[in-house]
Amino acid sequence: MDLWFTENHTKDVKLSLRVNKQLVSVQSEFQRIDVFESVEFGRILTLDGYLMVTEKDEYIYHEMIVHVPMATNPKIRKVLVIGAGDGGAIRELAQYKTVEKIDMVEIDKAVVDVCKEYLPQTACCLEDERVTIYYEDGLRFVRDKVDEYDLIIVDSTDPFGVGEGLFTKEFYGNCYKALSDDGILVNQNESTFYASYSNSMKRAHSRIKSFFPIALVYQAHIPTYPSGHWLFGFASKKYDPRADLQDEWWNSLGLRTRYYNTILHRGCFAIPNNVRDELREN
Amino acid sequence: MKLSQNDAPVMEAMKNHLLNRVVPFDVPGHKGGRGNQELTEFLGAQCLKADVNSMKPLDNLCHPVSVIKDAEALAAEAFGAKHAFFIVNGTTGSVQAMIMAACKAGDKIIMPRNVHRSAINALVICGSIPVYVNPGVNKELGIPLGMSVRDVEEAIRNNPDAKAVLVNNPTYYGICSDLKAIVELAHKNNMLVLVDEAHGTHFYFSDSAPVSAMSAGADMAAVSMHKTGGSLTQSSLLLCGEGINFDYVRQIINLTQTTSGSYLLISSLDIARKNLSLNGREIFAKTVQFAEYARNEINKIGGYYAFGEELIDKDAFYAFDKTKLSVHTRNIGLAGIEVYDILRDEYGIQIEFGDIGNILAIISAGDRALEIERLISSLSEIKRLYSKDKTGMFDHEYINPNVVLPPQVAFYSKSRSIPIEESKGEICGEFVMCYPPGIPILAPGEMITNEIINYILYAKEKGCILTGTQDMQVNNIKIVEQ
Repeated sequence: MDLWFTENHTKDVKLSLRVNKQLVSVQSEFQRIDVFESVEFGRILTLDGYLMVTEKDEYIYHEMIVHVPMATNPKIRKVLVIGAGDGGAIRELAQYKTVEKIDMVEIDKAVVDVCKEYLPQTACCLEDERVTIYYEDGLRFVRDKVDEYDLIIVDSTDPFGVGEGLFTKEFYGNCYKALSDDGILVNQNESTFYASYSNSMKRAHSRIKSFFPIALVYQAHIPTYPSGHWLFGFASKKYDPRADLQDEWWNSLGLRTRYYNTILHRGCFAIPNNVRDELREN
Repeated sequence: MKLSQNDAPVMEAMKNHLLNRVVPFDVPGHKGGRGNQELTEFLGAQCLKADVNSMKPLDNLCHPVSVIKDAEALAAEAFGAKHAFFIVNGTTGSVQAMIMAACKAGDKIIMPRNVHRSAINALVICGSIPVYVNPGVNKELGIPLGMSVRDVEEAIRNNPDAKAVLVNNPTYYGICSDLKAIVELAHKNNMLVLVDEAHGTHFYFSDSAPVSAMSAGADMAAVSMHKTGGSLTQSSLLLCGEGINFDYVRQIINLTQTTSGSYLLISSLDIARKNLSLNGREIFAKTVQFAEYARNEINKIGGYYAFGEELIDKDAFYAFDKTKLSVHTRNIGLAGIEVYDILRDEYGIQIEFGDIGNILAIISAGDRALEIERLISSLSEIKRLYSKDKTGMFDHEYINPNVVLPPQVAFYSKSRSIPIEESKGEICGEFVMCYPPGIPILAPGEMITNEIINYILYAKEKGCILTGTQDMQVNNIKIVEQ
């Protein structure tokens, strides 16, 4: 059988994965959720037809969104994760014994339910006793939080549809308010290769920069994301992730990672000229 | 065959017409878009194809005998009216037709002063004389309310020769007068009741909304379908009740309405009526839910006051339209217009208007929960980042006018233009208003006072868009030479 999952990366570029079978399809209040079993990438999760997670390359994204801030400030105790229904970011965070509290805010309970059943590889640690899951709008959740978290991870979908509110100025402002004096905000920051993503990336970066004294982007290579080159935002009230990297401390933890290491940590902030140029335009 | 609310006769006729692939040797000259590529690409091919002229199978708005007549009859049924007219000159057209149908030159009409400019414009055109009833005012919010029945009664007693009473149902802020009592009172004194329902389309499709004009027994109502009813901008309805000679009303409409009624607008009225009939109750229930949620959340932020039903006093604030999200901003030290500007410029959120002390957001079924959250969170951020001391802020939106001359007399009098600052004690010869909301600060024939001059200058300084004067900069004002 010639069965393929296809995502349009732009209106003129597609990525297709051969699929063995569809495991589940759910229409939630917010979106359509599907899990397929692909030949090359293992199980894959799609939301409204957009690829979110594959078993084969999810570690890159999840390691990079968690270990970069964690290795910068060993005193992180309270973490807020927004989005992340697949549980991958929680899995990485749960490895830190120093973390005391993880609040996860996911708007769509159906995503979590589907992932618990069909993607145990990422959803494995959602039952950790430090984790509390809030099923509500992320923007709403942070609105009345003041000085509560040391780290906020914004593991959002793209800035259209359900995740739209998580790319706005009001959201970043509310996050600033919700963070402690040495707080760090890390966000999924799209990419620059295709114009449609590039505009969101630039807007998000300039909005974050208007609140945080330190605002940088770092990169990773994620095969199934449009262009394969992906960016994260790192914003902080105090710590510079390059100068303040605690590599000895981090390496002493002995965490097992497949993509992240402390040498790469320093290198991932070295971004290509085309990205620098785009950011400088703002 | 009897038509039902499931039908949309104009849309169906247009679909048939397009299927027939009729060769157009009539206007519009773009011929289904072929004559203007860029326009077609921008607005969409279907839109240009649907932009047709009146013709036998599609009826004629000026003299409807077939599909438009049917569509108007369905609209009348949906709104509980005796007759409905499709209007394509905006609700301004509906309001003017309603007033001009009820009043001739020299006839008196009783109305609150916080009417939309279109009502006073009608007086300039037809020469009727306004008898203003001062609306109630909420001192804390500084906003005008509805009319108190007592005040209407007094106006009727003092002007038994008046031909009609005009009522806002609701005001821009969502406030209603006791319409049923006013109708009863007016009819007892042989006066017509005309209702400006520019902001009240949904009253016809909701059990929790204030009473609608037609169900209160009013004689005519101007209903802005395009505002919350889902039709295209500029399309509107004029509803007539029992005892109105609607053939005469049609003649009045045709005095000023275009003879080239847009089929985009006409069909949008037809389709919006169908949608409201079939889904309106559900749609507005959801709208109220959104608005009530936002009101609660905004009040939790503190500083802001998103007011609602708690202000009902069964007098000049007789009822409240819960779909309106009006927020008082003065207590965070910002004028409504300042919050309005920050929302647009900094947060990419466009709301309906901001005036001196308030903002108004229009909530509709087209909204999604995530946009409501954005609005609330942005207001929370604006308070955190911009709030300041409120001393020295202007605290009211409404100043009772002193009417010296009828609007038409003043508008056409010999006049000259002088700087606004020097106009104290003169009679105004034109309009001055902030737009939106378009409620005149000064109308032709009113005395210019110090208080009004200060208000205008303050509104300008805060960034309100002032309109109405011949002087596009609104530095000078036309005064009547005495």
